Amino acid sequence: MNRREFLAATGATLLATACRNTAPPLPPGELLGQDATLGHKLRDGSMPPPTEEKRVPVLIAGGGIAGLSAAWWLQRNGFSDFLLLEGEREAGGNSRSGKNAVSAYPWAAHYLPIPGVEAEYTRLLLAELGVIKGDPRAPKPEYEERYLCAAPAERLFIHGRWQEGLTPQHGVPSSERAEFARFDELIRGWRARKGRDGKRAFALPMALSSRDPDILALDRISMHDWLMSHNLKSPAVHWYANYACRDDYGTNHKEASAWAGLHYFCARTGEASNAEHETVLTWPEGNGWLATRLQEKVAPHIRTGHWVWRIGTDNGRAWADVYLAQENRSVRYHAERLIWAGPMFLLPYVWTDAPEAVRHSARAFTHAPWLIANLTLSAHPASDGGAEMAWDNVLYNSPGLGYINATHQNLQVRKGPTVFTYYRALSDRPPSAARADLLAADYTSLARQVMADLTPAHADLPQLVTRCDIWRWGHAMVRPTVGFVHGAARQQLASAGKAPILLAHADLSGLSIFEEAQYRGVMAAQAVLRRG
Amino acid sequence: MRFALLVSVFVVASCGLAYELIAAAQSSYLLGDSITQFSTVIGVYLFAMGVGSWLSKYITRDLPARFIEIEVMVGVLGGFSASGLFLAYASSAAPFKVILYGLVMLIGILVGLEIPLVMRLLEGEIRFKDLVSQVLSFDYLGALAVSLLFPLVLAPRLGMARTALLFGLLNIAVAIWSWTLFRTKVSRPRYLLALCLGSAVLLLGGFAGADKLTHLAEHQLYQDEMILAETTPYQRIVVTRWKDDYRLFLNGNLQFSSRDEYRYHEALVHPGLASLPWARKVAVLGGGDGLAVREILKYPNIQSVTLVDLDPAMTRLFRDAPILRRLNQDSLHSPKVKVIEADAFKWLDTHPEETFDFIVVDFPDPTNYALGKLYTNLFYRLLERHLVAQGRAIIQSTSPLYARKAFWTVVTTVESVGLNAAPYHVLVPSFGEWGYILVGRDSKEKLAAPPASIPVPTRFITPELWPALFTFPADMSRVPAEVNRLDNQQLVRMFESEWRQVIR
Repeated sequence: MNRREFLAATGATLLATACRNTAPPLPPGELLGQDATLGHKLRDGSMPPPTEEKRVPVLIAGGGIAGLSAAWWLQRNGFSDFLLLEGEREAGGNSRSGKNAVSAYPWAAHYLPIPGVEAEYTRLLLAELGVIKGDPRAPKPEYEERYLCAAPAERLFIHGRWQEGLTPQHGVPSSERAEFARFDELIRGWRARKGRDGKRAFALPMALSSRDPDILALDRISMHDWLMSHNLKSPAVHWYANYACRDDYGTNHKEASAWAGLHYFCARTGEASNAEHETVLTWPEGNGWLATRLQEKVAPHIRTGHWVWRIGTDNGRAWADVYLAQENRSVRYHAERLIWAGPMFLLPYVWTDAPEAVRHSARAFTHAPWLIANLTLSAHPASDGGAEMAWDNVLYNSPGLGYINATHQNLQVRKGPTVFTYYRALSDRPPSAARADLLAADYTSLARQVMADLTPAHADLPQLVTRCDIWRWGHAMVRPTVGFVHGAARQQLASAGKAPILLAHADLSGLSIFEEAQYRGVMAAQAVLRRG
Repeated sequence: MRFALLVSVFVVASCGLAYELIAAAQSSYLLGDSITQFSTVIGVYLFAMGVGSWLSKYITRDLPARFIEIEVMVGVLGGFSASGLFLAYASSAAPFKVILYGLVMLIGILVGLEIPLVMRLLEGEIRFKDLVSQVLSFDYLGALAVSLLFPLVLAPRLGMARTALLFGLLNIAVAIWSWTLFRTKVSRPRYLLALCLGSAVLLLGGFAGADKLTHLAEHQLYQDEMILAETTPYQRIVVTRWKDDYRLFLNGNLQFSSRDEYRYHEALVHPGLASLPWARKVAVLGGGDGLAVREILKYPNIQSVTLVDLDPAMTRLFRDAPILRRLNQDSLHSPKVKVIEADAFKWLDTHPEETFDFIVVDFPDPTNYALGKLYTNLFYRLLERHLVAQGRAIIQSTSPLYARKAFWTVVTTVESVGLNAAPYHVLVPSFGEWGYILVGRDSKEKLAAPPASIPVPTRFITPELWPALFTFPADMSRVPAEVNRLDNQQLVRMFESEWRQVIR
């Protein structure tokens, strides 16, 4: 015990605290999320029995991107005898967003890659919304510049410094960089590769990908093992691949299938006449912009606060028992066709007399829990002299996925107050355990985790954050684990939708992304229009 | 006496920790990378304290006097450490890190000497076990007090320079107090008192003049006398004077020199406006210094000038400060001028109804991505929508000589939105060869045609200059370039790499 030790100890504490001057109390904020009590009521089957009967030709259960896209496609083709029922207070699903005095901000999905020619319906929608100018089927359409992500798109906080781009460079030894070059080379090869059936190895929507068994075999190993099988051992390469799997699939790269991992890197080959390769489309509210536009198009048909808690068939027609949250009663809808556009894990609870194969398959779907925080800042954090603030700001070797700067697309020069959307997929532990912890955690502990993850990169963050709202997504997205994407359960459900009950959800693709949700929605709508 | 010495321990410990924190914070502030700065400064400091403790055994005689001297030295060195480091950094007279670690080492050694000496002074008074327990607990208490006060109160309220000086004064106070306690036991009491009082005056002077010290440091950076300085949320505005030359710096970058700004501003305004005798309504984007407005107001046909500038402090300075008002001939007080404090890009986007006969685009160079937005095709498309059919705009666009590719990239970008562009260049001695782009819907030839005369008084520009202005010699002639878009912002990188070749 002496003065030196004491000073060393204080010094160490101050190292953590003095750089940010003080450790102010946590900012105020709210803990948000889907209504878990309703979900549990649904699971327990304790909903009130229906007291009224209604009829509608087509019923869409679920107002995420799949359900909204089904509605959009029906309406676009002149069919308007349908209702879309959404259990939550707002439709939009994973593309929901919020807004405050500073900016609009996403609550989950925040961008869309420039769609390739295969993503026909995505392109048609973008053309309708004025995002694509001119012919949506052109190989390289022209895009509205405001929606193209402005430079700098990405930066990475690595070894105490912000660098440009996400490929780890700063402080990464040249041997690892050489492995990165080899990884890029392999990816380039897979991007261009076609299967024996002449289809692209990895297409978006995934249903258009090659069925070549050699390529599908990739689904039987993990992304991690695929890297190892190519003698890619660099921690930086593994971090990068793992980051991609966590970011898009909420699954770490030891669990995610190599087919899914490579799909992330290889499927997005869309090009624009007026944008750099790999530019993405984004909005301050993320994909909430798309969800809102879709809702506007079919607004008269949407009913929110309508929980579809039981569905079934009766003489070739479908029925649905719907809980009206505001009135605390249920209504039975009879419909010629019902599109189930909810997640698959709910299906066994809702469609209790589904064919055994359907129920069995639905149970094989696992979903990743996510935590998303929107931090409102009174000003942009001070620059540390490294790469400038980007749209996507990622932290190397962090448990989180970094943050998106909601005001990035602003035209103004001034960098004033802003909103950071912080993402974290809880992919370290089995989903059910991680989910239980997430739902049990209180605001303070979650907000602390968020601040602790970001503060090393922004010492002044605690002083700048005026609000931190946190959304807990218990079942954020389907997990494309080893063997899942091309396994029996997913393929069984993807083809299980038969009149009168059709299925539409990104879960059916095993990949929770906008294009997949939209594709499944449009497919279901087409089946309705064919009277199939 | 025992109590008095223990209180001194408390104060001395506070000061010791304070200097360590100040040096670490100051170096983080100046050099960045706070983790490295904190850990190296603390490490060196602790090591130096060890050296000091070890050296203490060589002090054998006249302990009270040595203690007072050490206190005075710590007080002066530590007190001026923050301002000294800032000055050293600004003047870059010597390698900054050498000065930093030298100072940290020196203060550390002196601080390391303090506690052993105090303990020996108290040796006879208290039993050893009480001595150790009491001295060390006061020592740690002092450290705790400062570790809390420094980040919470002192650094934010007083700033680094004053905080350091305050602790310096505390050291001197301890020295004076020790003097009153030991004055009968030391050999040269008067000399010691003079030492104490002299250093107290020095530190008090420093405390009063802390702002001047910071000022002095900036003066080193700017060479000339600073006559105005203001930090706004957007930038640091500094105006300097050397004889009759006034210079404006924004974030340390020269914006104009009063000796030759007339060349820059005449070239900015007249090649466009002299050919538009019908023009009534003008907009100036950027240019809060009012110098372009001064040139525009020379034309009696102009009825309104809308000045859109981001920084209200800029327009306020150039509207109110007498020297600057003389420079822009009070242009910002003209009833024809309407000043709008807004982000120009956003303002154009949200005011589609505002159209102009002539628009002056006088933005800072594209030195970062935020400013780079103002040089993209999306901006020029917006600019085009705000021009009347026969209207013209002039865009200042860096040096075609030093940043040749960047200059022609701007030309290419303007042309990509369907405007015609007539680039020209002028020699502005304080900038070098400077480039402008005159744009409009008229043909390039028509844009570049000289006016019959320039109907207003000018010092530099005359119609005879036209052929020279619009001819680009081989070393700055057109090079192929791509369109600068929001999603690539290639201009920012290009601009930086080209200027890096020029500026050493």
